[in-house]
Amino acid sequence: MRDEIREKIQKNSKATYQEIFGKLLVSISIIIILLIVSAIFGFIFSKGIATFTENNAQVKDFFTGTNWNPSMNEKGHPQVGALPMILGSFGVTLLAAIFVTPFAIGTALYITELASKKMKKILQIVIELLVGIPSVVYGFIGLNVVVPFIRENFGGTGYGILAGAVVLFVMILPTVTSLTVDSLKAVPKHYRSASLALGATPWQTMFHVTLKAATSGILTAIVFGMARAFGEALAVQMVIGNASLMPTSLLNPASTLTSVLTMGIGNTVMGTVGNNALWSLALVLLAMSLIFNLIVRLIGRKDIK
Amino acid sequence: MEYNLKDKYILQLNEKEKALETRDLNIFYGEKQALFDGNLQFERYKITSLIGASGSGKSTFLRSLNRMNEGVADVKGSILYRGIDINSPKINVYEMRKYIGMVFQRPNPFSKSIYENITFALKENGIKDKEKLAEIVETSLKQAALWDEVKDDLNKSALALSGGQQQRLCIARAIAMKPDILLLDEPASALDPISTAKIEETLLELKEKYTLIIVTHNMQQASRISDYTVFFHLGNVIEYNKTKNIFTNPKIKLTEDYISGNFG
Amino acid sequence: MKNTKFQNNVAMAIIKLIAAMVVLILVFLLGKILISGVPHISWKFLVTPSKAFTAGGGISVQIFNSFYLLILTLLISFPISLGAGIYLAKYAAKNKITSLIRMVIEILSSLPSVVVGLFVFLVCVVQMQIGFSILAGAIALTFFNLPLLTRNIEESIKAVPNLQLEGGLALGLSKWKTITKIILPEALPGIITGVILSAGRVFGEAAALIYTAGQSAPAVDFTNWNIFDETSPLNLMRPAETLAVHIWKINSEGIMPDANAISAGTSAVLIIAILIFNLSARYLGNYLYRKLTSAR
Repeated sequence: MRDEIREKIQKNSKATYQEIFGKLLVSISIIIILLIVSAIFGFIFSKGIATFTENNAQVKDFFTGTNWNPSMNEKGHPQVGALPMILGSFGVTLLAAIFVTPFAIGTALYITELASKKMKKILQIVIELLVGIPSVVYGFIGLNVVVPFIRENFGGTGYGILAGAVVLFVMILPTVTSLTVDSLKAVPKHYRSASLALGATPWQTMFHVTLKAATSGILTAIVFGMARAFGEALAVQMVIGNASLMPTSLLNPASTLTSVLTMGIGNTVMGTVGNNALWSLALVLLAMSLIFNLIVRLIGRKDIK
Repeated sequence: MEYNLKDKYILQLNEKEKALETRDLNIFYGEKQALFDGNLQFERYKITSLIGASGSGKSTFLRSLNRMNEGVADVKGSILYRGIDINSPKINVYEMRKYIGMVFQRPNPFSKSIYENITFALKENGIKDKEKLAEIVETSLKQAALWDEVKDDLNKSALALSGGQQQRLCIARAIAMKPDILLLDEPASALDPISTAKIEETLLELKEKYTLIIVTHNMQQASRISDYTVFFHLGNVIEYNKTKNIFTNPKIKLTEDYISGNFG
Repeated sequence: MKNTKFQNNVAMAIIKLIAAMVVLILVFLLGKILISGVPHISWKFLVTPSKAFTAGGGISVQIFNSFYLLILTLLISFPISLGAGIYLAKYAAKNKITSLIRMVIEILSSLPSVVVGLFVFLVCVVQMQIGFSILAGAIALTFFNLPLLTRNIEESIKAVPNLQLEGGLALGLSKWKTITKIILPEALPGIITGVILSAGRVFGEAAALIYTAGQSAPAVDFTNWNIFDETSPLNLMRPAETLAVHIWKINSEGIMPDANAISAGTSAVLIIAILIFNLSARYLGNYLYRKLTSAR
């Protein structure tokens, strides 16, 4: 006797091919993304090292030299001292992180521990709106508000690392705050109630229990913010003053890796030393973004243990 | 009290009565083994209950029968259906599941209308004729004892139904496919007593046309509706017998203690 | 005892002060942008092309470019993100390869947008010689948008109970069919919210565009809708400065006499557009969600 069902379940059907088709489609999407990322790294790496392999620049000069003038030669090596920009980038990033930390923690504590439902909602909307403001608009406001303010109150031209850091502080504030809120929310409720029941004040509880339990989450939030600050280009470029000099004060015009890149790429010719040196700066940016990623991962791993 | 898990009593059926059979089924979640040497035979047009404490492997076993555990658990051994091993990678699982359907613990209607919940898979199978579809909707809803309650609201969202109605819709959806075997994973555990009673009634009617295998944690339910009962303990099949025998005259001490409520 | 109480009160006051300052920062920013910008917005400003050296230029071309670029970006990035999101949510096995894929996506999302822009500049604009163009800009914005949209779609899909997938599979449907026809419709409100929010981000992005879509907005003929024609607004190969790039450009090298007024007006337009994106994302998401679950 012929068993139709037995035959059917041993043969491919429409569903089998649908499944093959679907798997193919989603795999292609993933492969596209993987290819894009490897291409970004491959191309920028090969362009970035050309300064050293083709133009005979020295890696040591690049990281320690203070003269950025790639088209000029000095004892057979182009002058590619990127230290001023590297310091500029780290300067604005660290300063922005220092500004943002108390604000993010304070606001996050308010949202998670003190605010009424209505205030919570308002602050959440505030944060979402802050996230939405484009970086050029931050730069524009920086140019019109922060720079004149610094000039009038602290002296100098107003342009410089301080102005850059203030603009970046406001830019990364919403990101750092909302990540901090997430990590505070992850602290189990009973930690708090136990501490309060032992007679600790709300502040003692927040400081010794909640913040302590959320330390790694807060650190992650700050590192995320720093990664964004380090890679931000236009807002910083608009207020930093764009002088490739060693930063001697927070109030003098300076430059960052990103600002030199944005200004320079359009003014140099592909394949020249001057252009290659810029790609080396891009490679440093790429490497730093990986390092920030790694730090976040390391903090996360420590947390699991 | 120490029990020897090697003490077993497994009923054997005649070849022609079998709708489904497992041979040496071993199931692993990663390193952890959840089922040991499952050898069971299920009789056609009967209800077989799978009972046991939580973690006994009864749900894992059931979900392996139509390979719903794929990607989650590693199932070794064979599952014989119509003379072939449906646990083989060569089997078309999608086609197979049309004949071995499943109803889940929590009602899971699609967020579509009542009508579409039933016709969605049918249409995928190439049944396009509107009258035919309407007819299948009506018969399957009647079989699931839901027709009278929803016949005027077929275009309403299935999510508007009560939990018990949703579960009966899921049963209707499954039997609309005209399966051979219907697997039910604690279908009444999330429901109130009245809905439970209705579902039990439905199941008793369904067994005239379908082979039913049902996981339940409720021993009264097993004794009320099933013809056969299997008792699972810590991933082992301890006893498989006619329901009457299991509840009145268990062959194994462990079964007896479980049924009399001495543990678990 | 009194000391700790005092300490507590001071700390609480400081926390409240900080939260209030954050609100004030937003109010100040929005106020500043809108108050200094809105007076410059007029119908004429919105429909006149920009001028390089004289006063009285508008932003019509930039507005069109911004929206056109946004639509193109979404057209390219949505299908890829959808595929990748489905893969991560429903197909990816729990193994090393999957965590590697996740890591790569994470890295892409944290790359500075200027680096992404420069990469597209290098590959598309220079090596493939397509020049500063809308197409190159859309590619750069796609790279920038892909990781965020993928993550959003993955999360929206994961928010649909797995029971729905099991329900479909148990009826003999293929996994693909169940995902596309049952799970995606349920995930739609979340996906739409995410797409609109990502649209807001894309809309305001400038760093990735200055060397891809370019910094000039050649006049276009809004009556010519032949996509292959050079003066057509739809032409993919023309350079296309967007609103965000316009603001940057004017502030760094604008020489028109009314540069400050134009950038204030442009900022206000940009912010208003993004506010509309944000509000509609919230509203539409809620609306669809309610509609979908109204029966509950």
